[in-house]
Amino acid sequence: MAILVDKNTRVICQGITGKTGLFHSQQCRAYGTPFFGGVTPGKGGTEVDGFPVFDSVDEAVRKTGANCSLVFVPPGGCGDAILEAAAAGITLIVAITEGVPVLDMVRTSKVLQTKFPNSRLIGPNCPGIITPGIAKIGIMPGYIHKKGSVGLVSKSGTLTYEASWQLGNVGMGQTTAIGIGGDPIIGTTFIDTLTMFEADPETESILMIGEIGGNAEIKAAEFIKSHVTKPVAAFIAGQTAPPGKRMGHAGAIISGGSGTAEEKIQALEAAGVIVARSPADMGKAVVEAISRKKR
Amino acid sequence: MKIHEYQGKALFAKAGVSVPQGIVARTPDEAAAAFTKLGGPIAVVKSQIHAGGRGKGRFKEQPDQPGVKLVRSAEEARENAQRMLGNTLVTIQTGPEGKQVNTLYVEGGLNIARELYLGVVVDREAGSPVVIMSSEGGVEIEEVAHHSPEKILKEPFDSGYGLQPYQARRLAYQLGLSGAAVTSAQSFLPKFCRFFVDNDCSMAEVNPLVVTAEGELVALDAKVTFDDNALFRHKEFADLRDLSEENEFEVRAGKAGLSYVKLDGNIGCLVNGAGLAMSTMDLIKLHGGEPANFLDVGGGANVQQVTEAFSIILADKNVKAVLVNIFGGIMKCDTIVTALLSAYDTVGFTVPLVVRLEGTNVEIARKMLAESGRKIIAATDLTDAAQKVVATLKA
Repeated sequence: MAILVDKNTRVICQGITGKTGLFHSQQCRAYGTPFFGGVTPGKGGTEVDGFPVFDSVDEAVRKTGANCSLVFVPPGGCGDAILEAAAAGITLIVAITEGVPVLDMVRTSKVLQTKFPNSRLIGPNCPGIITPGIAKIGIMPGYIHKKGSVGLVSKSGTLTYEASWQLGNVGMGQTTAIGIGGDPIIGTTFIDTLTMFEADPETESILMIGEIGGNAEIKAAEFIKSHVTKPVAAFIAGQTAPPGKRMGHAGAIISGGSGTAEEKIQALEAAGVIVARSPADMGKAVVEAISRKKR
Repeated sequence: MKIHEYQGKALFAKAGVSVPQGIVARTPDEAAAAFTKLGGPIAVVKSQIHAGGRGKGRFKEQPDQPGVKLVRSAEEARENAQRMLGNTLVTIQTGPEGKQVNTLYVEGGLNIARELYLGVVVDREAGSPVVIMSSEGGVEIEEVAHHSPEKILKEPFDSGYGLQPYQARRLAYQLGLSGAAVTSAQSFLPKFCRFFVDNDCSMAEVNPLVVTAEGELVALDAKVTFDDNALFRHKEFADLRDLSEENEFEVRAGKAGLSYVKLDGNIGCLVNGAGLAMSTMDLIKLHGGEPANFLDVGGGANVQQVTEAFSIILADKNVKAVLVNIFGGIMKCDTIVTALLSAYDTVGFTVPLVVRLEGTNVEIARKMLAESGRKIIAATDLTDAAQKVVATLKA
């Protein structure tokens, strides 16, 4: 089962003729993801490395039956690309692009919510989503993610790889690993993902990786308390981050004294989540969360 | 990107947002001339630095001199400018090292009836920009939020349609404004919100926003931060950037495509990915060390970037050891090691270097490190890396 991605997923890439877009499309195809080509306006009718290229998402959908788009369009055009995908009926849009202006995402997510409620956006500024053994729609190294029973959701890329690797070390894998992105305005939230993992019969436990900035983790903690029955472990990055400084991710900033790691850790612990204090203990935290739930 | 008050006010004026008359001064004579030109009887001489708290701030070299001063004559304007220009202003936001004042803004006085607070930011939860106002002007908004949260008003608005007049009136009535002041708010606030959206701000703050005795809203301060991600479509902002206000190494890092934040510790870190970089700092602290920086080399680190990253880290004289933590994904570990070794030689390492690698091609990469002949300490996992780098400081 897993979430969001299954064997009926049919993927295209927006920005496939760019260097990064093509490279990752090739990597996804090599992983076994059902990949059907891409879109670059003005290059329709051509082909890159066996991928057919279309002028518009609409055309790509009509000709390939695509229902998922991986977006590598540069920051200035990313919001537009997301809306083009939604308007063409794409139901899962995965935006990898980093550096999208915040107000572009404000407009984009408002239009998505009001006009295209059936399209789900993941990202932007995220590594994407992988259901091990089925499909990889993103930039993560596929082999690190082993098939298993943990639902993994994270704001960060390399920290997700680290977590997957640690899970492997304790003999566990993932149903689906999803990077929701480190930007202030994102399409899919922790709560959306927790809801899906809770409903997914294959997912037996959840690992959630957050960071400083905003209050998404605190909202997630409230949600877990009242809606999640499965064991949940977590890690929050940025315990040593100074206030007022942006730590790489556009959303990772402690402002006005709120959005600290400590307040998020406390909220999660109060909701019964096992929080790893060290990033080296994420795998162990999942094991502990499971064994505590069993008692 | 932050800009100065005088720059923010020039942009406000262009957008039709009322500001007091003011003149920029870079010498004491210019300050005196500005006073005369503004016509008196009073004026305010304001230090232009990016940090707030200037009125309560004092100069290192002139401990009695405040960063913002009301003056009543051209001579007084000159004297104050003399004590401010070239000196170091320390405020609650600058840290103990303070900021050198190179520019002053001389502003005409106003007949102030009330002081309010006005700010606009993007509310992550609402997914839209939001106007924040308070009847408590002139004090830190965080303080108000802390002791009297009921005094904080919030009005989200649509970035496309802008703030509607009825929303402005609602805020005005809630703030207890009446008569001409409500009419003024109905024009001022939508223009201010339009300014925020049109210029891709991440924050625009006016504290205090004054209501004059005549019932006009005027921006007495201007604190504007632009969204760095949107600078590509605002080439005109390049001229507003004041590099003397920024950390020179953070500027250098930005040019090299690195994300770097200087901290106060002595263990430098080089990591790929923002989340992992933050975690690496946490890990160092957890094992009794203090991180000297946050540094994310990104996903496609090459030799030039790693070399620049090392030289930025080592330029910080506090750094006594360096920890490299790389989780190789698409970027393979052996590629990273090639870059590391080349950068190691170019930079000329004199402090201990601990390297932790994991991920794609890690075995080849570890072998390369072991056979490199350089004095590099290899770590097997995160905890081992943190323990080893902290131990080098105690040796």
